[in-house]
Order: sequence, then C-alpha cells, then structure tokens
Amino acid sequence: MRTNKKQYDRMVKNTSPRSRVLRNCVWAFLVGGSFCLTGEVLINAYRAAAFTLGDARLLASVTLVAISAVLTAVGWYGRLAKRAGAGTLVPITGFANAVVSPAIEFRSEGLITGVACKMFIIAGPVIVYGTLSSVVYGVILFVKGRYGL
Amino acid sequence: MYIKYKRPVAITQWASVVGKKESCGPLSGKFDEECADDYFGQTTWEKAETELQTRCIGHLLHKKGIDRKDVEFITGGDLCNQITSTAYTMRAVGAPFMGLYNACSTMAEGMIAAACMVDGGYASNAVALASSHFCTAERQFRTPLDYGGKRTPTAQWTVTGCGCVMFERFGKGPFITAAQLGRVVDLGVKDANNMGAAMAPAATETLKRFLYASGTECRDYDAIYTGDLGRVGSELFFQLLQNEKINIENHTDCGCVIFDKSQNVQSGASGCGCGASVLAADILPRFESGDYRNILFIATGALMSPATTMQGESIPCIAHLVNIKNKEEAHKK
Repeated sequence: MRTNKKQYDRMVKNTSPRSRVLRNCVWAFLVGGSFCLTGEVLINAYRAAAFTLGDARLLASVTLVAISAVLTAVGWYGRLAKRAGAGTLVPITGFANAVVSPAIEFRSEGLITGVACKMFIIAGPVIVYGTLSSVVYGVILFVKGRYGL
Repeated sequence: MYIKYKRPVAITQWASVVGKKESCGPLSGKFDEECADDYFGQTTWEKAETELQTRCIGHLLHKKGIDRKDVEFITGGDLCNQITSTAYTMRAVGAPFMGLYNACSTMAEGMIAAACMVDGGYASNAVALASSHFCTAERQFRTPLDYGGKRTPTAQWTVTGCGCVMFERFGKGPFITAAQLGRVVDLGVKDANNMGAAMAPAATETLKRFLYASGTECRDYDAIYTGDLGRVGSELFFQLLQNEKINIENHTDCGCVIFDKSQNVQSGASGCGCGASVLAADILPRFESGDYRNILFIATGALMSPATTMQGESIPCIAHLVNIKNKEEAHKK
C-alpha cells in the first residue's frame, strides 16, 4: 500500500470529527450543576428536618445515590448521560450508575458470579486508587505532624 | 487470494431479520422480519441473538420451501465470545456446520466458503449466515448497556440484525462469480472507537488486489458496497484509494444506509449483521428488480479483542470481497 502508518495517522486525525467541546461543556455544566443544586436543596431539607450538617450532607449523598440507582434501573440515566457526559459522570450519581449498571447487566450470569463479581468492573479503579491515595495522604499528614513540617 | 469460481454459483434465496432501531431506519419494510422486542422473546441477550438467527434461517427455509434437514452445509458466525450465538442456533438446525470468525467481515467470508462448497461439488446447497446484536456486542466489547457514557463522534452503532443467503449450483440468480480473500492489514489505528478508520486500509487493500487480479475498474460495477466503514471510514477509504490512483464514484457503505443521522449513531452502523442484513434486504433484491447487474460487496472486520485493546495493541483488520452478478453478466464470456 502506498500510504504508510505515519501518513495514515495524519489522514485519520484530519478526517475524524472532533467532539463538540463547547456544547458538551455546556451540557455537562447544566446537568452536573443541577445535580449539585439538588444536593444543596436536599442538605437544606434535611437540615430543616433537624439533622446536623454532617448528617444532612451524608443523607443528601445517600439520597442522590438512590435516585441515580433507580434512574439507571429504568434506563433514564444512560440516556441523559449520552448528552451530559462529564455532567453525569463526575458527581456521586455517576459512581452509583457505574456500580448499578454492571449489576443489572450481569444478572443473567447469576447473583454471585454475575452481579457480585462484575459489580465493580467500572467503579473498581475508583475504590482502589481512592483508598490508595487516602493512605498516601495519611502518611503525609502523619509525617507532617510528627516532625512539625 | 483471488478466487474465480469455475461456474457462477447461484444465490437462490436470502432472508434478513432486524431489531427495533433498524426497523425505524431508512430500510424499514425491506427486511423479512422487524422485531420490536430486542429480547426476541428470550430472557438473555445471548439467547436473543440465537433466536434472531433462528428466525432468519426460518424465513430463508420457508421462502425456499425446504426443511432444515435438507441443508447440506451451513457456515456463519457472530461477535460473541467463541461465536456461541451461532453454535447454539446450529444445535437446533442440525446441518453440517463450519463456524467462522472474522469479526464484521464474516458474511463475505462465509459466502466465499459456502460458494466454494457448491462450486467444488461438495454440497448441492450451502447457507452463509452472520449476525450481530447490539446488546451482546456492547457486553463483549464495551460497557454495560445502562452505563452512562458519552460516545465519541467516530463511534459506530452495532446493528441488531441477521442476514443469510443460500447458494445452489443452478438458479435464476443473482450469482457469485468471483471473490477476493483478504489479508490482515494494520496501519496502526489503536482507537477502538474509530473502527472505520482501522478497517478502511483493509478494504482498500482487498479492492485494489481484486481490481488488479480481475482486470477491471471501479466504474465497471453498478455499485461497490463496503460492510461497515461508517462515515469516517468511508471518507478514509476514498482517500486511500486516491493515493492508490483508484477512482471510485459508486461506493456505498452498508453502515451509512441502515440508520439515518437522526438516529444518533455517530459515524454509522457496524457489526456482522450490518452488511449481512443490508445485503439480504436491500442489495440482492435489486438484482430482481433489475437495478443491479454487477456489484462488489466488501465486508470489513476489525480483529481485536477487549484484552488487546487494553494492552495498547493496534487493530489488525481484514476485508473479504465477493463479486455478485445477474444471470446475463455472470454467463457472459
């Protein structure tokens, strides 16, 4: 073939349409922002129901996760995510979606080998590296406190 | 490898079945069955794909008016691991079966093999089949269905569909007269969300070799179909051919005709079932209506797995070509 890999790489880059960054950002901002707004409303509602600020924040997160799980189960979350992108991926609702969607998908392979094994195929890295970075952070804090840096 | 069949092999019957999204596309009404339920009445996606194939073969046998035990040779494949959908279909069909996997080029590959069986006199009839199901393919290659991910503009949508054709020594046609068995080509594309770009060089290579071996030019054909290059892949196919000094004006990609742009499929359609169902629903009937006399059908396949993609390997691709002619053209000296 007369086209080599380097030339073809350039052709592919020039021909492949790029993502519409501005439109995607606007969608992500509006949808992600509305999730955050819902979170704030929930915190205020729990505060009004006489919970402490700490409890209210925790309950707001739990409520958002529950809502996301239900929306995933009825297939609406994925549909929204097609447009919202990072707006649905980054908030805690995205994490819930990443756990619930494989759980639904692999139900056909059984409760243990399917649901339980496959539940964290997408969210797993977040848990692994989240835990790991918290350990690193803890060590840094420890050293800092010990030697008064 | 250029194959010139000793005698034209007749394509005596064909059938296609598709899912809901395909039935809402531009080819709506042309398929033998358009099922609104992507589960096809089953409980898992894998069973659904087997049912899709079973119904497709059922339509073929019904139209042909023969029983499944009269099928002498059947070949086919799908995109599931170990081509299980096809194997489970064949468990019920019971005909001598040769399983194939060349990703989305499986239909053309199967047609070449089935026609060889008939041409060689080893079988009086032979069936080639290929299918894909959006939901089994997503499970296989990407993320869970309900996972909220954004598709890139170069991504393609796997067709839920099945197509099959029957070959016999005699018939009124159309006929398969020649074929080009492709070679694996890899120009270094690593992006599994840009399969059209990965496969375009393979299609170019196969077409170029076929034109050279057959001593023909693109304009000698009424149409040149590719299986599932999509819009990005089709554009690159055109550019690559220009680099080879081959001018093509009659190219159509099955991945660009089965869905329209409003169906949110980014670069177009893909999957074994894309080329197979379009062939059976749209291309072959055009021989009956007299629109086509001589065409090329080039099915392209990307031969990677999720593991090789994660390991950062580039995508090796292949394209197989079949030349289909009407009776008059096929028997021209």
